[in-house]
Amino acid sequence: MEEPQDHQHQTVPSDISLRVKSLESLLVEKGLVDAAALDALVDTYEHKVGPRNGAKVVARSWTDPAFKQRLLANASEAIAEFGFLGLQGEHMVALENTPQVHNVVVCTLCSCYPWPVLGLPPAWYKSNAYRARTVIDPRGVLKEFGLELSPDMEVRVWDSTAELRYIVIPQRPAGTDDLDEDALAALVTRNSMIGVEILEAAK
Amino acid sequence: MNGIHDMGGMHGMGPIEHEPESTEPVFHQRWESRVYALTRAIGPWRKWNIDTGRFHIEQIPPAEYLRMSYYEKWFTRMVTLLIKTGLVTSDEVASGKPAPGSKKESPALKPEAVPAVALNRNIPPNNDPGILPKFTPGQRVRARNMQPLGHTRLPRYARGKVGEIDRDHGVYDFPDTNAHGQGPKRQHVYAVRFSAQQLWGPEASPHDFIYLDLWDDYLERV
Repeated sequence: MEEPQDHQHQTVPSDISLRVKSLESLLVEKGLVDAAALDALVDTYEHKVGPRNGAKVVARSWTDPAFKQRLLANASEAIAEFGFLGLQGEHMVALENTPQVHNVVVCTLCSCYPWPVLGLPPAWYKSNAYRARTVIDPRGVLKEFGLELSPDMEVRVWDSTAELRYIVIPQRPAGTDDLDEDALAALVTRNSMIGVEILEAAK
Repeated sequence: MNGIHDMGGMHGMGPIEHEPESTEPVFHQRWESRVYALTRAIGPWRKWNIDTGRFHIEQIPPAEYLRMSYYEKWFTRMVTLLIKTGLVTSDEVASGKPAPGSKKESPALKPEAVPAVALNRNIPPNNDPGILPKFTPGQRVRARNMQPLGHTRLPRYARGKVGEIDRDHGVYDFPDTNAHGQGPKRQHVYAVRFSAQQLWGPEASPHDFIYLDLWDDYLERV
């Protein structure tokens, strides 16, 4: 087995932003990357791919029972109907919250997350605290997000140890019967699709 | 490897510092966005796979791993793998300049190809009727007690513990070999349901369950 690498990066300027700039200019000069492609990648995840995608999936599952059935049976195919495909979302699983069962998603080993439907993960999802604690103390973690579950509610924690990526389908808030799909999607938060929030009715 | 990255169940990490969702930026610093994009743009050269990439983050020494932010770890991994695979030399990283006379590579990922790359599947389909599952939903299984020195996706907290196959996810590359150039050794992956009491003892809530996605080679019959 290989030994950990020695730390070549420490020979470049110590400030991380300078080190990154230096590496970028090296890779561009060597023809390994194209700076405009880097800009396009950043733009994609800052402006095009994000939790609004997942919110549309959730809203449709609330309004279209046939879609919900397809989503729970094969989430990858159902989500592909929206075109939300790609890296870190190839194989999706949808987890339905009910009055009896609450689902919450974590990746204890790194920070696996369903990029095409939720975008890139928030900093807290990647934190040591969330990764360490969610599997051993899910109720304590949820409490820190303001979520106090009844003791007899079943809690299911999904540790993303393989290439499956999970999206929680939160319960539809009460008092939203007259909202259409777009208005419903606007109520769906990123955190509710990770499972650390329960949605409240629109005010 | 029994590394610091395998942190499920650890104590002492403090509270979860969560920013309000409505104001948290996708990237907190510009350099983070460049590290993310560089990693994605280097991907199409196909010099390493996802499991090799994960293993190189796991090899960051524990004290540094805990100190570093997420994208700092990505940056460290990228530098290590760029050098290891010969795409750059450590002298070039140190100077930020190509070595005199080094050849210009092509083609780099072009901006017009980014939408396709963002949408691309990066892992093969998970249906392969030629590879049979060793376990079936409802079956009780034990996660193996094993301590490999290399890459593995079986966390310590589940080793030796008994759970139940919840569902069969289909066929996937096996990280323990795939990370080390020993082939994909494709096999079935299952969601395995463990009770919190089985994992953490009788003090845990009887209503809590932890699901892990585990490969055939991580499991044995009970």
